[in-house]
Amino acid sequence: MNVKPVDQARNALAFLEDKDQTASFHNLFDEGIWALRERRDAAAREVPEWEQLRDLASQIKEHTLSNLGDYLELFEANARRNGVHVHWARDGHEHNQIVLDILASHGVKQLVKSKSMLTEECDTRAFLGRRGIEVTETDLGERIQQLDHQPPAHIIGPAAQKMPQDVADLFHRVYGSDPQNAEPVYLAHVMREHTRPVILEAGAGMTGGNFAVAQTGAIVTVTEEGNADLSANVPKLRICSVGIEKVIPGVEELAVFIRLLARSALGMRITQYTSHFAAPRAGGEMHIVLVDNGRSQRLSDERFWPSLKCIRCGACMNTCPVYRRSGGLSYGATYMGPIGIIMMPSYDLHRYHELPFSSTINGSCSNVCPVEIDIHEQIYDWREEMSAKGEYSVTKKAAMRVADAVLSNPKAYRAASEVGETAMRVLPHFAIYNRLNAWGRRRDVPSPVTQTFHQWWARNRGDGVPPADASSERPSSETSG
Amino acid sequence: MAAREEILTAVRQHPPPSRDLPQVPAFQGAGDRLVDEFVAALELIEGDCVVQPPSDLQSWLSERFPEAKRICSAVAELEGTVTPEDFADWNEPADVDVTVVRSPLGVAETGSILVTERELRVNTIATLAQHLVVLLDPADLVPTIHQAYAHPSFQKAAYAVLLSGPSGTADIGGVPVHPAQGATTLTVILSPPTDGGQGGTEAPGGSTNAGDP
Amino acid sequence: MRVALVVPCYVDMFFPEVGVATLELLEKLGVEVEYPFDQTCCGQPMANSGAAKQARATEELFVRNFAGYEHIVAPSGSCVHHIRNKFTAAEDTPERRHVSEHVWDLPEFLCDVLKVQEFPWAEFPHEVALHVSCSAIRGLNQQTMSERPNDAWFSKPRSLLEKVKGISILDYERRDECCGFGGTFAVTEEAVSAAMGNDKLERLGANGARYIVSGDMSCLMHLQGCAHRNREDFHFLHIAQVLNGGAA
Repeated sequence: MNVKPVDQARNALAFLEDKDQTASFHNLFDEGIWALRERRDAAAREVPEWEQLRDLASQIKEHTLSNLGDYLELFEANARRNGVHVHWARDGHEHNQIVLDILASHGVKQLVKSKSMLTEECDTRAFLGRRGIEVTETDLGERIQQLDHQPPAHIIGPAAQKMPQDVADLFHRVYGSDPQNAEPVYLAHVMREHTRPVILEAGAGMTGGNFAVAQTGAIVTVTEEGNADLSANVPKLRICSVGIEKVIPGVEELAVFIRLLARSALGMRITQYTSHFAAPRAGGEMHIVLVDNGRSQRLSDERFWPSLKCIRCGACMNTCPVYRRSGGLSYGATYMGPIGIIMMPSYDLHRYHELPFSSTINGSCSNVCPVEIDIHEQIYDWREEMSAKGEYSVTKKAAMRVADAVLSNPKAYRAASEVGETAMRVLPHFAIYNRLNAWGRRRDVPSPVTQTFHQWWARNRGDGVPPADASSERPSSETSG
Repeated sequence: MAAREEILTAVRQHPPPSRDLPQVPAFQGAGDRLVDEFVAALELIEGDCVVQPPSDLQSWLSERFPEAKRICSAVAELEGTVTPEDFADWNEPADVDVTVVRSPLGVAETGSILVTERELRVNTIATLAQHLVVLLDPADLVPTIHQAYAHPSFQKAAYAVLLSGPSGTADIGGVPVHPAQGATTLTVILSPPTDGGQGGTEAPGGSTNAGDP
Repeated sequence: MRVALVVPCYVDMFFPEVGVATLELLEKLGVEVEYPFDQTCCGQPMANSGAAKQARATEELFVRNFAGYEHIVAPSGSCVHHIRNKFTAAEDTPERRHVSEHVWDLPEFLCDVLKVQEFPWAEFPHEVALHVSCSAIRGLNQQTMSERPNDAWFSKPRSLLEKVKGISILDYERRDECCGFGGTFAVTEEAVSAAMGNDKLERLGANGARYIVSGDMSCLMHLQGCAHRNREDFHFLHIAQVLNGGAA
């Protein structure tokens, strides 16, 4: 299948230039998401042992991942002991088929679900929809995106790219609510009024899982709304889909993650519902589907396995200055922002080969990550991977070769750099890629100088005959205004 | 079970370098001012705390929720209009105005209270009711989440939820609002159990509640 | 003390006065400065783009030029971060390791090696906003990063600037948010890069500062480009120029 690679830079440009949005939308988006980073900082400040918790979380995840087989078996044994059915799915399709079989065998036509990025990966909703099962998202942000036929723009707040008025318009179209009322309280009320009846009558409920506790066989969900609890407790049939990397050893370890997760994601000490499901509800049936979908392969990758530590808090994208000015949809991927950049190439190298370049490698993400994934180092390494695997545009390859030839040769470098305008083309920074004069589109270029430092040194400090262009004047440019 | 064997083999093929499981230290948090911390934490998340238990719970309820018609009581201290046992189906609590339940554990760090199927009997009375009132013995407060997870419920319960304030969301424009799908308000009344009540300090086990594993 | 001076390629080509200021400052502090004439670049432009093969020869040239020195000083946080922490395209020899372990960014060298307490020749009676680059903060640990709110506060570049007579260093919001240069990012994702640069300028100048000082000319080159395009009245100076005096 010839999949067109995602051009995140072009999508980001469209986001920045979107004429439909108000001029201040981009600032509002950036400020709204940055506010989450600030709240995260405030929450971390309250916890003197914050850095110690991060260290512990990282070590716990690394220990678990290095013994994943044993922990998965322990989890399964305890879940089964509690009366839970445990299924295994190698990929997204197998997962969807298992879910379908469970629903079909119970004659379910209406399914309610809470937020699960895994089911986004597997495209479960569309799969079930095509087979006659109506799926209703119960998370407000997910529901908004579902109704608008858009994927999530942020892993915690899926509708992050929408203004309240956008939601008011959408709900008016779908539910006939008041288009003039864009108050979030009102819109949340509209959602509640329309979703409650669906939850109450649903044949089955589906949730994801933030953690799978091996010691107890329990699945843990973390929500603000309580929709996972409703999806899990109201219907008699409950399915829980969880990636194999979600396993953790026991409740003592769980405490570390619970203290880190909501603070990192939202700046809250804890979310409203931290729920532990070990066994089916009375008179009910509970199924857990453990999903691989590329995780075991990533686990075997010497360099890129650390992304499996991710607990889906979104702190990395909140702090990422590129994400905040591109919008989450620009990544064209299930996972976006810094964590998306290092995960998505594992799913499809060619499709996502440009993502590692949608970064300034500033390192902020790695330092807010509660499980200490070295995200920005991984982004750097993915770039090497792309170069080594030939996932590199022709112009980029050419520019690199020119840079190599010139910069590794002192005489060639001096010859090129000392001739005015040519200097502008020597560095890859200024090289022409897929767009002419990209630097100069929104910025002025540095002014030409009278002589380079090399020339000045040769004339004023060096021995022997200086190069022809050298002058004894102090070199100048216009930095001092 | 081809998928199971394949996945287990695959994750064992070339795992990351071996790492020991670290020992989680006994973080103490607030330590000695548990009630103050709990009240402050609960206020932060828009929950309410009644520090002095009312002498008459019934009249307190009528005053606090004058419009309430259906009161689901899961506690011996109060006779509501229904008990959890009255529900044949777990979607029936949808028209409950107020649920009253006792919690066996509160967490000072976060303002959370724990309820399980043991206290609820019908899990959905906590999430479908419009309002939630929780009785908590202040002696059942622990400093942090770490101590909370030592509670036996997390080993034995089929369903255990740490509730922290009323349900909410900030999914629209980043503005936090209440409620979302669950309770509109959550009030914790700090009250030791009366004699003969369903004290939360009883050791679990030997229970006759439906839904126990 | 003998020091080898690194003049980054873009400083050599576009801001040679920064190289001169660095040289003069070190000499004022009693340091004997040598300038290996055959130096070109540290290899960062290729390496940061993932082109390790194309960075190798340039990095090895750097090693040959600088292996004979105990102190290698550059007025560039990004170059020093690369040489110290990411010099992996070059063959891993004792010389390569020596170079990585003996390279300093100017503020580090002044604080940690020379332990400079005063700059009596310098005066700068202006309000400045100090921009410390991401490389300097998160790569070289020159300043507390905002992501770690419980760490004790320190800043090597700021502690140096504070010693300059008459200077007033103004704070601003989002003190360590990236300026948007990011090397080749500036060209491959220029719209976002420029948006970041413009936002950074707005914050840098919000409290009235008109002088922007940094230890990284790469950041300043980008910010200056944005400022000139927007016809904004800012002056951009490398920290060496302020500490060396004569820049006021």
